Amino acid sequence: MEKLSFTMKPSTPATGTRARAIVGVVASGNLEVLLERNLPANICIIDIATAARGFAAVWEAVIEDFVTRRPAGGLHISINDGGARPDMVSLRLAQGVRLIEELEA
Amino acid sequence: MRNWSTQKEALALRRYAGQRYACGKSVALDDLPQFLEAVLRPGDRVCLEGDNQKQADILAKALANLDPGKIHDLHMVQSGVVLPEHLDVFEKGVAKRLDFSYSGPQSTRIARMLSGGKIELGAVHTYLELFARYFIDLTPQVALIAAVSADRDGNLYTGPNTEDTPTVVEATSFKSGMVVAQVAEIVDKVPRVDIPGDLVHFVVDAKKPFYVEPLFTRDPGAITETQILTAMLAIKGLYAPYGVRRLNHGIGFNTAAIELLLPTYGEKLGLKGKICTHFALNPHPTLIPAIEAGWVEQIHSFGSEVGMDDYLSARSDIFFTGPDGSLRSNRAYCQVAGLYACDMFIGSTLQIDLQGHSSTVTTNRIAGFGGAPNMGSDSRGRRHPSEPWLKAGADADPNAAAGLRRGRKLVVQIGETFGEKNVPLFVEQLDALELADKLDLDLAPVMIYGDDVSHIITEDGIANLLLCRDNDEREQAIRGVAGYTDVGRARDRKMVERLRARGVIRRPEDLGIDPLDADRRMLAARSIKDLMLASGGLYQPPSQFRNW
Repeated sequence: MEKLSFTMKPSTPATGTRARAIVGVVASGNLEVLLERNLPANICIIDIATAARGFAAVWEAVIEDFVTRRPAGGLHISINDGGARPDMVSLRLAQGVRLIEELEA
Repeated sequence: MRNWSTQKEALALRRYAGQRYACGKSVALDDLPQFLEAVLRPGDRVCLEGDNQKQADILAKALANLDPGKIHDLHMVQSGVVLPEHLDVFEKGVAKRLDFSYSGPQSTRIARMLSGGKIELGAVHTYLELFARYFIDLTPQVALIAAVSADRDGNLYTGPNTEDTPTVVEATSFKSGMVVAQVAEIVDKVPRVDIPGDLVHFVVDAKKPFYVEPLFTRDPGAITETQILTAMLAIKGLYAPYGVRRLNHGIGFNTAAIELLLPTYGEKLGLKGKICTHFALNPHPTLIPAIEAGWVEQIHSFGSEVGMDDYLSARSDIFFTGPDGSLRSNRAYCQVAGLYACDMFIGSTLQIDLQGHSSTVTTNRIAGFGGAPNMGSDSRGRRHPSEPWLKAGADADPNAAAGLRRGRKLVVQIGETFGEKNVPLFVEQLDALELADKLDLDLAPVMIYGDDVSHIITEDGIANLLLCRDNDEREQAIRGVAGYTDVGRARDRKMVERLRARGVIRRPEDLGIDPLDADRRMLAARSIKDLMLASGGLYQPPSQFRNW
């Protein structure tokens, strides 16, 4: 298990008012993403616990693109990763941001 | 004076020797080992029929059990090295030299045996290329083939899986070689004559059907959202603008996703009748929903697919069927169809380098090519125009005079930037080169050469290599869709943005596609059971794909 943490300055704050959202599952090749709206609007912290070691540079690149492309300001994001590929990580992060924008069902 | 009939005389001697173990043309299963020892000679060139689908498995087993003291140094010329027995013959010393096309399930062992010197490799071919050599310099002296049934005269019914048989028999029998067939039963009258009896010398009643691998069955339940995204990119960013109606799909989940998106996403885009109407294709179960929704006009097949036979018989307007009602497949004809009459090949691969060369060979695995290098190559012999072919030709050479400009086949590699176990699809150098070095091969086993590839599709976007004007542009276009792989992260960002502005690279957002819309609910069938239901119960999935 490897633990990584990134503190980013996203260009756009997350929209909506929902306090938290969760997407995905912890399984081989998949990941669980918990998003909590509890930070200043210009900060995004991403904590990662991953089963696959040695991919820090890839995580960094994925996360940089994420905070550039998606409104992620104010979010504390915790990731439980089961060795998902980067495309899956990007998708789950985007799904999480979309979900936290929505009204509670 | 020279004797001009030595081959016919040798055949007569083989037939005479074999006749001792036969009643008419029929050889009993128990007598098969002695029979084979009687008709084979050391050093013979032998085609043991087997490709990526059907296998002459009983004959393979018997051949592998021969005494290498009597029969040795055989030169095997066969499409597929698929069964363990196909390599056992080399392990035991019955065979020495090998020319083949495909080795899917044996890819690891064949790599080990090649480097261990157990096999003397001729070459790894594409199917059509090996068939061609059957008629020029690799003509079999003995062909061991597989059929469904035979009559007393040796007329053979090959059923829906005719595949390579007519080609193998044509090359062997008309050049004075011996043809031995294994069949599941001997009948008074075969349902249809696929191989005329006078070309077949002996028939072995194996008392059970030959083995067939369900190679083209993809479970929709295993299709990922990323694969759906690549399929959306393909349909909207390639099939639609080029108007691709005549094509071949390779095996793989990305193309299965395309097939399952036609009746949903394709319908929404108004593309029915405008794309995907004619195929050179094995009967993919995942195409059933599109066929049922009226998308497809005609399909010619290399082989059949396990469980699809009743469905194919019931859809004779779409598939080629015989007077008996069952599918007639033919690998050689279908490969020719794919080469000359299709405007697009789209398939997956394991490695793509910076020039766009692609290979399914890695240092420990030699999977062979099957049909991909043929389907996935631009035929320079083609002369008939079509909209996609002309448009691709204009992409590649906009300044040439239209009347003298060759068209181009669309040769598309599709996949996710990372494969199984996070192994990157994009590499600086193909493993095939290292392997060629290790085995001292003249040629690296490249599946599709970069100059034949027109487009690469990943979740990162579409790279149109036809629009690249030099090697630098080509390399950056490839890096530009290589995602977070090392190759992708080493891209020249400014140049990639310039390529994007020119439409050489098109991102999902450039095509109006939101990756978040890539949802499994878009698939026209989400399980094998859905496919069965879509077929009205005509598709009977093999047991390993049933979980209900």
